[in-house]
Amino acid sequence: MSAIIQVKNLSKSYWRNSLEIPVLHDITLDVQEGEFLALMGPSGSGKTTLLNLIAGIDRPTNGEVTVAGTDIAKLGESALAKWRSSNVGFVFQFYNLIPVLTAFENVELPLLLTKLSKSERRKHVEATLNIVGLGDRMAHYPKQLSGGQEQRVAIARAIVTDPVILVADEPTGDLDRKSAEEILTLIDRLNKEFKKTVIVVTHDPHAAEKASRKLHLDKGDLV
Amino acid sequence: MKVFKLIFKNALRHKLRTSLTILGITIAIIAFGLLRTVVTIWYSTVDATMANRLITRQSVSFIFPLPFAYKDKIQSVPGVANVCGAVWFQGVYKDKSNFFARIAADDNIFEVYPEFLLSKEEFNVYKKQRNACVVGASIAKQYNFKIGDQIVLEGDIFPGRWEFEVRGIYQPKNKNTDATQMIFHLDYLNERMKAETPARANQVFWYMVQIDNPNRSAQISNQIDAMFKNSTAETKTETEKAFTQGFISASGAIITAMNWMSFMIIGIILLVVANTMIMSARERTREYAVFKTLGFSALHLTGLILGESMLIACLGGGIGLALTFPVVSGFEQAMPKGFFPFFFIEPITIALAVIATLLVGLLAAIFPIQRALGTKIVDGFRFVG
Repeated sequence: MSAIIQVKNLSKSYWRNSLEIPVLHDITLDVQEGEFLALMGPSGSGKTTLLNLIAGIDRPTNGEVTVAGTDIAKLGESALAKWRSSNVGFVFQFYNLIPVLTAFENVELPLLLTKLSKSERRKHVEATLNIVGLGDRMAHYPKQLSGGQEQRVAIARAIVTDPVILVADEPTGDLDRKSAEEILTLIDRLNKEFKKTVIVVTHDPHAAEKASRKLHLDKGDLV
Repeated sequence: MKVFKLIFKNALRHKLRTSLTILGITIAIIAFGLLRTVVTIWYSTVDATMANRLITRQSVSFIFPLPFAYKDKIQSVPGVANVCGAVWFQGVYKDKSNFFARIAADDNIFEVYPEFLLSKEEFNVYKKQRNACVVGASIAKQYNFKIGDQIVLEGDIFPGRWEFEVRGIYQPKNKNTDATQMIFHLDYLNERMKAETPARANQVFWYMVQIDNPNRSAQISNQIDAMFKNSTAETKTETEKAFTQGFISASGAIITAMNWMSFMIIGIILLVVANTMIMSARERTREYAVFKTLGFSALHLTGLILGESMLIACLGGGIGLALTFPVVSGFEQAMPKGFFPFFFIEPITIALAVIATLLVGLLAAIFPIQRALGTKIVDGFRFVG
């Protein structure tokens, strides 16, 4: 296996007024293609920040993040947006579905940025919703779905463009045990069956058990 | 799913708020249209004037008369093509609320005012009958005057009972031509003045002077006024436009206030729509972060927010504009008859309402767009609305 994600000497600081708040210090790590990596650590350890930097939704203060050969820290805003649309699938703790759109329309959203025709988009969306087990809930709005179902729609939205990596930030953090188990099984299936490279941020040891590798962060350092 | 569908769904997310905003725009556009119509109609009487017409009146005020004798002298000024004497008769037709201009004028008025279209046959009949009158098409329609009808006026400036017979109905050549006048023979008035009040005979209130070359209006005006300098009735000659402007200047402050008010209404509604859009954008801060995460660019987000703002503004503006027509019509009905010589929505009013609607939609979106684009994705996810 080759490293699909290469993080070199990555640092990130936030500024509050003139006060620098360091979050990550000189992080270096590789993630192999098809790997299922769990980033663990207590609150404030910098795991979500690291995930955001790898997914290209935040900018590092120093260092490089190379994903599938692209140094994303060097991309401009619109190039980075375009890169995200085809390379990264993001799953959030609170699902972040668009409430006025149905499950089908939510999953279809990323495909609006592609050149696929309407019928092609429909095929992709239906296939993806079937993968996550919601083929019969396509016309439902988020408020008509349970938390677990909403998260499955969010996962479908994340994978519908067949991204290079799938990143998930506390994907089970807002779910009951049963739903959480279903989501973890689904993510595990996406990794094993569909060969997706997965990075999951979690502070739940049970959630991390599915991962092939666990990394711990503490106060911005890999330990 | 099309982006427009998303814009539409976003706009209807808070139905009550959106409905109230649309209602606000609708009312504002109606008010704007009505005020602008009054203002433009007021000024269109000035626009309807002709550059080749001068008005000669007493220098003190046009309520003081000028002698008949001035007519030939004015006619003798080089460049003067036609001179027509006129008297503001006023009088009451049945009731004081039935207001329309009643003017005694020389028969060449239809040459001086070619925009009053009267058929040759009707003019010939009018010319021959002493108490004949010609009425504008608007008042003919309004009072159901037909050829041969009797019109009886109770005189006030010129007391007594005055009987007229309708012998012609003139049509307006242009949309802004005044078709609310009743015109009758100056001779008819003068004959009766000679018999009843000789001191008021052989007088007009003003002369309408048609000139060959509008570029010489100042020179001809000076020449006319110079002829009567130091006489008992000195004259003031000015273009018809200046004369009409002077006439409406008494109402100038009110019209100016209405003009300002019409634009202030647009300003207020801009703030209302902007407030709606700012609230909407603030509530959707996390969603915009999601869109950005999914790869939607700044242009996409701009389109979503601007589209929603434009949709709300255009819905309100469109309904408002459509309702402006019946409202203006109702307003005209509610006004005393003949208060306005004509009353219609000018194309410029429609154009201004459309421009105002589009501007409101555009400007109201600027701040929310700036905010949505300026917020980093990670800050968007942390936002608690």
